[in-house]
Amino acid sequence: MSVIEINPITRLEGHGNIKIFKGDDGNVEAAYLQIPELRGFEKFCQGRQSELMPQLTSRICGVCPIPHHLASVKTLDEVFDAPPTSRAVAMRKLMHYGYFIEDHLLHFYFLGGPDLLMGPDCEPGKRNIIGIIEKYGKEVALEIMKHRKYGQNIIKMLGGKPIHPAFGIAGGVSKSVNEGQVDEIIEMARSCVDFSKFTLSLYKEKILEEDFHANAIGSEEYSLKCFNMGLVNESNEPDFYDGDIRITDSEGVEIVKFDPADYLDHIGEAVEKFSYMKFPFYKEKGWKGLVESRENGVYRVGPLGRYNASTGYSTPLAQKEGEKLEKMFGRPCNMTLAYHWTRLIEVLNVSELLLELSLDRGLLLNGDLRTPVGKIKGKGVGCIEAARGTLIHDYEVDKNGLMTDVNLIVPTTHNAAAISLSIAKAAQMEIENGVKDTDKMNRVELALRAYDPCFGCATH
Amino acid sequence: MTEENDVYEPKILGFLCNWCSYAGADLAGSSRLKYMPNVRVIRVMCSGRVDPLFILKAFEKGADGILIAGCHPGDCHYQCGNYKTMRRIHVLKKMIEQMGINPERLRMEWVSAAESTRFVNIVNDMTEKLRELGPSPMRCEGDPCE
Amino acid sequence: MILVSKGKIAFYWAGSCGGCEVAIVDLDEMLFDVLENFDIVFWPCAMDAKYSDVEAMDNSEIDVCFFNGCIRNDENKEIAEMLRAKSKIMIAFGSCSHLGGIPGLGNLSTKDETLDYVYKRSKSVVNDEGTIPQNSTDEHGNFIGIPELREYVKALDDVVEVDYYIPGCPPPVDVIKTALLALISGEVPPRKEVLAPDRTVCHECKKEKRDMAVKSIKRIYQLDDLDPKRCLLEQGILCMGPATREGCGAACLTANMPCTGCMGPPSMSELSENCEQGARMVSAITSMTDVADEKNSKEEEIKTALDEIRDPVGVMYMYSMPKSILRRRRKDVSDRD
Repeated sequence: MSVIEINPITRLEGHGNIKIFKGDDGNVEAAYLQIPELRGFEKFCQGRQSELMPQLTSRICGVCPIPHHLASVKTLDEVFDAPPTSRAVAMRKLMHYGYFIEDHLLHFYFLGGPDLLMGPDCEPGKRNIIGIIEKYGKEVALEIMKHRKYGQNIIKMLGGKPIHPAFGIAGGVSKSVNEGQVDEIIEMARSCVDFSKFTLSLYKEKILEEDFHANAIGSEEYSLKCFNMGLVNESNEPDFYDGDIRITDSEGVEIVKFDPADYLDHIGEAVEKFSYMKFPFYKEKGWKGLVESRENGVYRVGPLGRYNASTGYSTPLAQKEGEKLEKMFGRPCNMTLAYHWTRLIEVLNVSELLLELSLDRGLLLNGDLRTPVGKIKGKGVGCIEAARGTLIHDYEVDKNGLMTDVNLIVPTTHNAAAISLSIAKAAQMEIENGVKDTDKMNRVELALRAYDPCFGCATH
Repeated sequence: MTEENDVYEPKILGFLCNWCSYAGADLAGSSRLKYMPNVRVIRVMCSGRVDPLFILKAFEKGADGILIAGCHPGDCHYQCGNYKTMRRIHVLKKMIEQMGINPERLRMEWVSAAESTRFVNIVNDMTEKLRELGPSPMRCEGDPCE
Repeated sequence: MILVSKGKIAFYWAGSCGGCEVAIVDLDEMLFDVLENFDIVFWPCAMDAKYSDVEAMDNSEIDVCFFNGCIRNDENKEIAEMLRAKSKIMIAFGSCSHLGGIPGLGNLSTKDETLDYVYKRSKSVVNDEGTIPQNSTDEHGNFIGIPELREYVKALDDVVEVDYYIPGCPPPVDVIKTALLALISGEVPPRKEVLAPDRTVCHECKKEKRDMAVKSIKRIYQLDDLDPKRCLLEQGILCMGPATREGCGAACLTANMPCTGCMGPPSMSELSENCEQGARMVSAITSMTDVADEKNSKEEEIKTALDEIRDPVGVMYMYSMPKSILRRRRKDVSDRD
């Protein structure tokens, strides 16, 4: 009996290690993804003044602070019975779209993308942004940085700083953009649409048809059949800010669609000894452990989960791209590596949404930023789509505005079981293919990185 | 540092303002009034001089109780120093309670230069109360982090 | 320390959120300067070097290590010690490694209380067996170890010697750039310094300050007519500016929100532990609160003005609890429960 250990897993957010146990016959007995971290936000946020929650919970993750901030303030809107003004919602969406673009670009160019842009077996020292700069040129790198900076700048305009901004108040927001900034955002959005198209072409040219990818994407090693989840609008298109939660199965059939406020009726969280990360599951099916089965409540969120839980994209260029993917791989698509393609389509989708929103001067430059707070209702649920998937905040607050209960289900937590199953599958196939040591284990990590995991988030 | 073998004697740190409460304590002494010896006195010019840092530091160093004594409201030699004290102690009590230290360990009293008996009663009362409360948690626990 | 050839730099995260790592990525073009002057030998967020690669290095082989995140579990401590041994200069980067950070609020509970709530009592958990993550053995007999949470959260310099501190949550980009330029040029300040300017946020804040008397404290959601041009403290909003080090350009204030204190306290005050921020703020806010007619006000009224400071510890030690004088919640023997 022996163990191969990948420690730590790299090019993602958070801590983790993978332990692959081989029996005496050389076959994989078990493979575990372990997340060794826990900070305990659900506990230490109790007793805190509720208006600080957007800033407290944003520290769950410095890669995706904005969705936490926004989910938190949406929850406070409910708690304080203060529906936000339409101008406030527009400001929140501006910030959200800016974040979405830069976070997805971060993943494709810095985190998981290098596996495909450089090749999974490329030497470890080059499997990163430095390798990308060398291979694709400084100009491309500057374009990447420029467009990420656009996202950061929008966040900064509204929240003071690009990471952990200060912005949300129950019933609204603290700041708006001015006319000059609207003009800037329009130009940025146009540039983002173009850069998304460039990135999609790069993906198709350098990745889609490339040997490893062409073989791997449809393989059993890199596929997983499970349920899919995401927020959708009335037309069942992904809605990144609001909407209902829709769950479909691995054949694409809608199983349920519900108001996020009712999430407890449908989602439970299991606990396993070997990891601090909890395992959310669809309650109707129950938790059967780490087993790929139609009768197990395992589901996926994030770009591929959203693609599978919806019927099309809400903007024209993204929809055209979606149709191309659908033609090649179908909808639903159970191929884990398709996360990358769906992620890039979402950059285009959100860039178009940003452009559309930024052109609406009337909405952006007029009206109140805050609805006065009503009585403290005391309870609220706020849900949003982060880059990595569905995010749920659930608060209870006492009459003095102090937190009494906090429950959070965070995107990568939803993906905990799916990621665990994916790496176990990849580990098994790689060992069966005769891989003996840690050098080729990047092919196992590759399965994990497609999800764009965020484990500090997942454990919170 | 536990005191299993010693009998617990409360250690009180008293900050007394020069113009009123210290004078009152002094009067108690010169009048030969007897009172519990548990208070160690630090004279400050005004109770408003007492920085919250002193209080937290005193708890850290093992004080079982802290007494801040100043002039009666309206009588402060510096006009408003004791109002600051009032506010400070009010917030600090909430704070130490959140940190698990019984807020009764922090006590603020107004004692004028003539009120020697009042001073004596406060010290005696506080000593008794602290006997009941037991030693400060800062004295009882070692650092559990190691 | 002057770099004659390319130096070696490492970035690591302990009990952190990743924001400090993204702050480095967000340096954008300055990353090219970093790459010109340093080989990045370990950066789990963005590169594939593993712990075994670090173990294989010689002691002091790494020139500078930027270490962010608090010490929350055994693994954090072990890696901190390993990186300290392998690095010439260890920098506590960001609030969590500098002061404990927001996860430091975990010190208001014990480790067991935290585990109990997170895994057994939170609303969506389905855990009839009461499982808590811990070392275990699976059905094949494989031992699966997992790091234990330490009893309480600590900052980096509580477990290893730290050479410099770069404060902030995350550190502001100008503060990082200044520090990097100093490292590249070799003109570094004396050891143990906090690499940021040393006055308070109030100095950088552009809001209009008028009379500085705070009538009563209010929660931000209680003020419908907040004046965004005026000092928030004067309007009754508890802003940590007076007790917080400058260097961020009063960023949160530019968004019309109060400072929450992420840079930690400035170093001035001869009695200060340098990291005791809460006492600084209690002093400041109680000095500033001023009822118009104190002499004729009852004590109760004076106190009521402060009532909305409902969670003084959470507000005033949001980032710095582990380095405060009291450090963590205590168990008073007088507790009846």
